[in-house]
Amino acid sequence: MMFVPGNNPGMMADAHIYGPDSIMLDLEDSVTMAEKDAARLLVHNALKSIDYGTTEMVVRINPLNTPYGKKDVEAVVKAGVDVIRMPKTETADEVRELEAEILKVEEEIGAVGRTQIMAAIESALGIVNAYAIATASKRMMGIALGAEDYSANLKTNRTPGGAELLLAREQIVVAARAAGIACFDTVYSNLDDMETFRKEVELIKTLGFDGKSIINPRQIEVVNEVFTPTEKEINKARAVVTAIKEAQAKGSGVIAVNGKMVDRPVVLRAERTIALAVAAGVISEEEAL
Amino acid sequence: MKEAIAGTLESGDIMISIGPGKGLEVELQSSVEAQFGRQIRQLITETLEGLGVKDASVKAIDKGALDCTIRARVTAAAVRATGKDVWKD
Repeated sequence: MMFVPGNNPGMMADAHIYGPDSIMLDLEDSVTMAEKDAARLLVHNALKSIDYGTTEMVVRINPLNTPYGKKDVEAVVKAGVDVIRMPKTETADEVRELEAEILKVEEEIGAVGRTQIMAAIESALGIVNAYAIATASKRMMGIALGAEDYSANLKTNRTPGGAELLLAREQIVVAARAAGIACFDTVYSNLDDMETFRKEVELIKTLGFDGKSIINPRQIEVVNEVFTPTEKEINKARAVVTAIKEAQAKGSGVIAVNGKMVDRPVVLRAERTIALAVAAGVISEEEAL
Repeated sequence: MKEAIAGTLESGDIMISIGPGKGLEVELQSSVEAQFGRQIRQLITETLEGLGVKDASVKAIDKGALDCTIRARVTAAAVRATGKDVWKD
């Protein structure tokens, strides 16, 4: 998910060319108060006119308790945004309040149920309430960590190793999995340190995240490399899926592949590996079958 | 109507200055003036008419903006000049 400032038309026009899975046009922190009105109009018109292809379009709105939040909802829902990212989410009630605002606009334009919600969790209270937030609405498609505000709220600083974020990251993954939705990690803002960035991406993949937020097209390649399964992993996953299909045809649930017992969790992991390989474009959907 | 400005002089943007006028007068500076000048002027005029603005003097400095950007910047300038927002709250 690539962050793009909502008041920069040049970047908004080109963002999808670099091939991110999703683009988040930002109306919040990257836009000054004096430009909130202009950015809102820019994002509205861009969503309506620019062909972003299959790229998922997300807009980060301003909080609803600011003078900008409700207008942001109206502007982006009317423009047909896929997902509204709600910043600084702390409680399930806030999600329900956003849901009601979205519904109001959707009813007006006859498009009820079209807009999904992603909640950014950026405080200790938000982390404590992560599962309640993740399950607050049927529109919830994911939760994401906003690490800068979270670290400040914890009264600590961000470090290259990310020790200060460990609990928050694990809590977000666990809450998302329990709720059956996606989870996304925070941004890494030092573009000159790609080595630490890669380590961070490897860490969050191990923790179970579905993806990473990025601030520059240069970071896309690293995320894709880390999240794309290797040929060896794909072949192993295929062997497992093929073997379990054959076993099921014979009425057996447990099998062995290369001398190792294969049961349901192993099969689920193999299926996820193949799904990631398809999503990354390394194998086709036909090859996955 | 008061004087108002929206947009920037960055690449891909357009800066719109708007103020009181008689009828719609559009003065345009653009590196693609020869090719798209008429189209850009027409888009500015149409956008203002759509907002109910019939009298205004507009100066536009275009830096290769897409149509959607031109519409957004003209609307932002008009909203700032008239004080009438296009959104509800």
